[in-house]
Amino acid sequence: MRILVVEDDLETASYIKKGLEEAGHVVDHADDGKQGLLLATTEEYDVLIIDRMLPYVDGLTVVQTMRASDINSPVLILSALGEVDDRVQGLKSGGDDYLVKPFAFSELLARLEALVRRVEIEAPTTKLQVGDLEMDLLGREVRRAGKVLDLQPREFRLLEYLMRHHNQVVTRTMLLEKVWDYHFDPQTNIIDVHISRLRGKIDKGFDKALLHTVRGSGYVLRG
Amino acid sequence: MDGLTRLLASSTFRLALVYMALFVVSALALLLFIYWSTTASMRQQTDETIAAEIRGLAERYDSDGLPGLTAQIADRLQRQQPGDSSLYLLADRRLQPIVGNLSGWPKQPADESGWLHFRLGDDAGGKVHMARARLLKVRGRFNLLVGRNMSEFEQTRRRIVNTLVWGGLIMLGFALLGGVMMNRSVTGKIDTINRASKEIMAGNLTRRIPSRHSGDEFDQLSDNLNHMLDQIELLMDGVRRVSDNIAHDLRTPLARLRHRLEAAARQSAGNEQQRMDLIDRAIQEADGLLKTFNALLRIARIESDTLQASFVEVDLGQLLRDVADLYEPVAEEKNQTLAISGDRSVFIRGDRDLLFQALANLFDNAIKFSPKSSSIRASLSRTELVLCDSGPGIKRTERDRVFHRFYRADASRSTAGSGLGLSLVKAVATLHKVNIELLDNSPGLCVVLKWREQKAGGASR
Repeated sequence: MRILVVEDDLETASYIKKGLEEAGHVVDHADDGKQGLLLATTEEYDVLIIDRMLPYVDGLTVVQTMRASDINSPVLILSALGEVDDRVQGLKSGGDDYLVKPFAFSELLARLEALVRRVEIEAPTTKLQVGDLEMDLLGREVRRAGKVLDLQPREFRLLEYLMRHHNQVVTRTMLLEKVWDYHFDPQTNIIDVHISRLRGKIDKGFDKALLHTVRGSGYVLRG
Repeated sequence: MDGLTRLLASSTFRLALVYMALFVVSALALLLFIYWSTTASMRQQTDETIAAEIRGLAERYDSDGLPGLTAQIADRLQRQQPGDSSLYLLADRRLQPIVGNLSGWPKQPADESGWLHFRLGDDAGGKVHMARARLLKVRGRFNLLVGRNMSEFEQTRRRIVNTLVWGGLIMLGFALLGGVMMNRSVTGKIDTINRASKEIMAGNLTRRIPSRHSGDEFDQLSDNLNHMLDQIELLMDGVRRVSDNIAHDLRTPLARLRHRLEAAARQSAGNEQQRMDLIDRAIQEADGLLKTFNALLRIARIESDTLQASFVEVDLGQLLRDVADLYEPVAEEKNQTLAISGDRSVFIRGDRDLLFQALANLFDNAIKFSPKSSSIRASLSRTELVLCDSGPGIKRTERDRVFHRFYRADASRSTAGSGLGLSLVKAVATLHKVNIELLDNSPGLCVVLKWREQKAGGASR
């Protein structure tokens, strides 16, 4: 992927750049809003990472200007501010996702990949398939190797998200935000409990495990 | 000199001076009026007496002629007692005296109405007196002068003037004295407050302003200031305790983080797996620390009370079901049951994510502290949300303190947690004007959230 990072803090910028390059992406860096806007409007990127507080032109204005000039590449906004109104503001001005500093690199990477694949993921469909796992969205039915699995509604929603993002790492925070639609900090790892119950239903009794834990990041469903 | 400058700079003293000036001016005005009306009435009285006497004498002349008049005057003079101030003089056409107690006709001429004011010749004491008299021309042949020695009148007038001057001076003196005394008393009370304030500013936060318990304004001021100081001391204590706690509670995970990194650095090469494990655990430790800091910042931000602008209608019923849905598997792991009852839909204005966070923390605690195979019940009504568990509960004496940052009740020391969960709940509750109360469920704890019913603005389902 070709990624633009607009971030004035050089340490954070090089941390992001190095990590993304190690993951095999091509990264451009701009260290102020003016330069960022120039690059964003003249070059083509698969995804942009834009800090909120930037010299000359602030991050939200950069996003608004981009959207006004019909550039629709997904944008992830980085911010040191983490409250709800900040996030709402960030998303309103045209950002697609919002990540609060400090963040784990794995979280950033997982979210970027989710953003880039969003278009294909959100395409209307009635059937999802990962390996021998099949989900019928109309009939609300899940089968593995032809055998019907008995899932509760929340397990169904969780699995649907994992299937739409198969072969892609999803973090615990992403699951809380996208499946349960709440932005909050659980005191204990409740997501792990949900995942282990789901795993018990889709992987137990089958030779090949589909749902894997990625250490330090989250989970991935591999077909 | 310094004392005088201070006295003049004092607002109480200046106020007293102004008051004094006003008082003296009004008192003088009153005295001047008394002076004026007294002298006027005395003069009028004199004039009326003289006029009456002249009338009497004229009548006598009319009836008995000159001899009668002369006899009458002589008779009056004879009956005159010492100190009597009546003056009589009958003179002929050329002003040669015939009878009377004046040695000669006065040189001053009379005015049109016949009144004259003249200097009276030396009497026995050699003093000069003023006299006032009226002239009557008797048929063009005689001149009759009847008057009064005005010395008494003058004396009275002088006495009044003296009284005026002395009275004024005495009033001035008293007013000054009063001003100084008033100033001293007020300044004394204010100085007490100032002295105490200076000591407090110098760092002695336990110092209080002494009160004389008289209930006056100064006592009220002192009491209010003392209450304010109590509040400040309490807050300072809170801040100190929080920073102490932060230092104490964050030192342990930081030390662990350091140990793990150190161990990873020392790990002999080749054992990549163990090294990665150590680094992973160090990262977990760092994440935990970040989480604690985030929670602290979040609480501070919530307490700063600026979030109300983003409030929307939130359905607590939906929120409660979502929290329960999220936590049910966790409870099931301990074989606990989660039961929700009451209204399905209750709307309040608030921040959806913060309310969810608060409920999640409460459910988390309830599950964590309740024994296996117990039940956790939540019930919702229009103004109340009650969450009861059957854990160890919280001792009555600890119920206030559990909301303090990093405070951990005895029963929870062995369990995992940051000691910030309930602080956050409390902050969210306060932000939403929700009252939070902890009650006994014997055994267990009931958390009661109460709020004032709001007009439902959202569509209820």
